[in-house]
Amino acid sequence: MMRALFTLGPYAGLIAAAIAAYYLFPSNLGFVTTVVVAMIFVLSLDLVMGVAGISTLGHAALYGTGAYAAAIFATLVSADPLLGLAVGAGAGAAIAFVSGLFLMRAQGLTLLMLSIAVTEVLSSLANKYSGLTGGADGLSFTPGALFGRFEFDFYGQLGYIYAVCVFLVVFGMLRIVVASPFGLTARGIKESPARMRAIGTPVYWRLVSVYTFAGAIAGLAGALGAQSTALVSLNVYDFQRSAEAVIMLIIGGTGRLWGAVIGTIVFMTVHQVAASADPFNWLFVIGALVLAVVYIVPAGLLGLPEMVKKLTGGAR
Amino acid sequence: MTTILSILIDGIAYGMILFMISVGLSVTMGLMRVVNLAHGGFALLGGAFTHVAMASLGMPFLLAAPVAVLVVMVLSVPMERVLYRPIYKMGELPQVLATIGITFLMIASVNRWLGSSPLSIPLPAAMSGAMNIGFRTLPTQRIYVIAAGLIVIVGLYALIERTRFGITLRASVDHPGTAACLGIDTSRVFLLTFALGAGLAALGGILGAELLPITAYYPLHYMVLFLTVVAVGGMGSIMGSFVAALGLGILDTATRYLVPDFGTVFFYVAMILVLGFRPHGLLGKA
Amino acid sequence: MKGLQVRNLNKSFGGLVVARDITLDLAPGDRKALIGPNGAGKSTFTNLITGILAPTSGEIRLDGRDIGRLSEAQRVKAGIAKTFQITTLFRSLTVRENLRLPLLERRGLTARMIGRADADPALEAEIEALLAQFKLSAFGDAKVDRLAYGQQRLVEMAMTLALRPRILILDEPAAGVPSSESPLISDAIAALPKDLSVLIIEHDMNLVFKVAAKIIVLVAGAILTEGSPQEISADARVRDLYLGAHHD
Repeated sequence: MMRALFTLGPYAGLIAAAIAAYYLFPSNLGFVTTVVVAMIFVLSLDLVMGVAGISTLGHAALYGTGAYAAAIFATLVSADPLLGLAVGAGAGAAIAFVSGLFLMRAQGLTLLMLSIAVTEVLSSLANKYSGLTGGADGLSFTPGALFGRFEFDFYGQLGYIYAVCVFLVVFGMLRIVVASPFGLTARGIKESPARMRAIGTPVYWRLVSVYTFAGAIAGLAGALGAQSTALVSLNVYDFQRSAEAVIMLIIGGTGRLWGAVIGTIVFMTVHQVAASADPFNWLFVIGALVLAVVYIVPAGLLGLPEMVKKLTGGAR
Repeated sequence: MTTILSILIDGIAYGMILFMISVGLSVTMGLMRVVNLAHGGFALLGGAFTHVAMASLGMPFLLAAPVAVLVVMVLSVPMERVLYRPIYKMGELPQVLATIGITFLMIASVNRWLGSSPLSIPLPAAMSGAMNIGFRTLPTQRIYVIAAGLIVIVGLYALIERTRFGITLRASVDHPGTAACLGIDTSRVFLLTFALGAGLAALGGILGAELLPITAYYPLHYMVLFLTVVAVGGMGSIMGSFVAALGLGILDTATRYLVPDFGTVFFYVAMILVLGFRPHGLLGKA
Repeated sequence: MKGLQVRNLNKSFGGLVVARDITLDLAPGDRKALIGPNGAGKSTFTNLITGILAPTSGEIRLDGRDIGRLSEAQRVKAGIAKTFQITTLFRSLTVRENLRLPLLERRGLTARMIGRADADPALEAEIEALLAQFKLSAFGDAKVDRLAYGQQRLVEMAMTLALRPRILILDEPAAGVPSSESPLISDAIAALPKDLSVLIIEHDMNLVFKVAAKIIVLVAGAILTEGSPQEISADARVRDLYLGAHHD
C-alpha cells in the first residue's frame, strides 16, 4: 500500500502539474507542448548518457530522423497521428541501430565527434534530397484526426493533451526499463565496461541495444514535435538541439529520469523568460546557469537536497 | 586547370586558417585532457578587438592585429586560472557543459558590446586585391594567409624542438605524471600553452575573417569545424592538426566548387572514415 | 580430459616475446599458484587464458574443447572467470547490485527489459548466500566504494564466484590489502568449492604457501619449474631469482 502510494505519487504530481499548466498558460500551450516534447527527447538522452554512460553530442540525429519520417509518412501514406508516432519511433530506432554499429565502438572525444558527424551528414542529405524533405523550406503537413475522430485545434489544446499522454506513457515505460535487468546492465556498463566483459556480457551489443531503444524514443519525440508544429525543417538536425539536450540533462542530474524532466523544465523556462525579457542579453543568463551547475552542483539540481544535507551535516 | 588551381589556393588558405585556430585547441586538449568547446571564442575576440582597434581607435591593420592577439593572450591567463582550472579533473560531460557555458558568456559579451552583425576587418591595400605571379593572378589575401600559416608551423616546430619550453611541453603531453615528478611545473606549462593557443586562435580569426566572418555567434557556429580538425589530426599533435586542417580545408573547398548541393556530406564522411580506421586521429596517440 | 589444458602457448608483440611455449594443466580441485618476478609475463598469461589477448600460437582447451578462438565473454560462459588485480567493481552500485549483475548474466537475463531486476526469488536467495559466504551480509545495501579495501576484494571474489566458473584465476587477490585484513582473503580462498580449479597469481609468498598445493615459476615468459611448495622453496634457481639482488 505504502509502496504503491510511493510509486504512484510522482505520477499524480506530474498529472497535476500538466493540468495546472493547461489552465495557467492557455495562450502559451504551444510553448508548453514544446517543453513536453523536449522532456521526452531528454529522457531518451538520459538513457543513453546518464544510464549507460555513452557520451554524445548527436542526439538530434535520432530526433530529426523521427520527425522527417513522420512528416513524410503523413504526406505520402497516412496522416493518422498514432501511426505517425510509430513510424517516427521505428525510423529513430533504425538510424540509431545503423549508426550505433560504429558509434558504439568509439569512446571519448572520438565518440562525441562521430555522433556530431552522423547528424551533420543526415542534415546535408535532408538538404540535398529536397524533393522528399522540402529542403531549406521545410516540409509542412496536416496531421489527421486522433483516433479518426478528434481534430487538432488551432489553440493546441488537443495537441497539448496528446503530448502529455505520450510523455506519461514514455516515462512509465522508461521507469520499467531502468529497473529491469537490462537497465541494471546499462548502469553496470557505465560503471565498468571491463568488469561487464569479465562477467560475460557482450558489452558492445548491449550498447547497440540501448542506443537503438533510445533511438526509438528520440524518434518518437521527433514525430510528436513535427505533429505539434505541423512542420519539419532542417533545424531538427541542429547541433544546438543536441547540445541543449545535454545541458538540460546535466542541469537536472544525469542517470535519473526525474533529472531529465526537471532539467528540461528549468532550462526551457529560464530560456523562454530570459529571451523574452531581454532578447539581447539572455545568453548571459543561460551561460551563468550552466556554469553555476558545473561549478556548484555538479550532480545537477536533483543532487541539491543531498548537498544541502551534507553541508548542514558538516556544520554541526 | 584554373578551377583546380583555385581550389588548391583557396583550400590551402582555408586549411591554414583552420590550422592556426585549431592547433592551440589540439595541444591544450592533448595536454590537459579537457574537451574545450569554447576555443573558437578566442578567434572571435581576436577579430572583435582588431575591428574595434581599427574602427574606433583608428589603428592601422598591421598594428591592430598584433595588439589584438596580445590582448587575447593576456585575457586568456585569468580565464585559464579561474574558469578552466577547476574543470581539468572533471569528467568529459561536465567539461563539455562548462565550456559551452563559457562559450555562451563570450558570445553574450561580444553581442552586448558590438551587436550581432558581422564585424568588418578591412585589409590594407597591399594585402587585398590580386597579385600577379607570372602566369596568372591570385587573390593577395590568400597568399598572406598561406605565408602566415607556414610561419606559424615553422615557428611552432622550432619552439617545440629547440627550446626548453618545448622539451617540458613534450614531456608533459607524453607523460604528465612523470613530468610532474621530475619537477616540471605542469600548471605553468598548461598556462603558457593555453595562452599561446589562444593567441594563435586570435591570429587565425583575424586573418580568416574573410572566409569565416566575425560575428558574435562565431564560436558556436564553427565549434564543430575546429573540433573536427583536432579529432581527425589527433589530440595533442601539431603535425596532425596541420595535415588534418589542410586536408579538410582542401576537401571542403573542392566540394563547394564541384558538388555544392551536397553541402558538408563529404567533409563529415571523411571524418567518419578517418576516425573509423584511426580512432585517435591521423597522428594521435592512444 | 577434464579441466584446463594449455599447450605450447606463445605470444609476441613484434620481436618481443612475452609468453614462450607455456604448457600447463589445471584439473578439477587443483590449487596452483603462478609466481615470478615483475615483468615475467604473469598478466599476459592471464589475458591469454581469459581471451583479452589472442595467442600467436598454441592451444587452450577446456574439457577437451578448443576455446582459443572464443571472445572474452564466450570464455566466461564456457567456465573461465578471473578476479582483477586492481579492484574493478561497479563503484556507485550497492554490493547486492554488484552481485546481481553476474547472476543475471549467468542466467542469460541481462537483455530483459521488463520485470524488476530484483524480482527473482531464487536469484535473490543466491545473492544472500554469497553475502553470507563472504561475511558481507551486513553490507548488502552499502555502495561498494564505502567498503574497506579488504572487503572490496571479497566482493571482487564473490562476483566472480557468482558466475559458477570451473576455472578460477585469482590475479593478486591480496594486492593492496593491509596485513590486518589479509586473513579475510586466505579464509575466503580456503572456503572455495572443492571441485573448482584455482590458479592464483600472487606476490605474497605467505599467502601462496598457505593456499597452493603446486607452484609454477614463470620467468621471462617461460615456465622455469613447477613443484610443491617445499620443492620450490628448496630450489636454488628460484631462491636466486627472488634473493638475487642481495647476492650482488
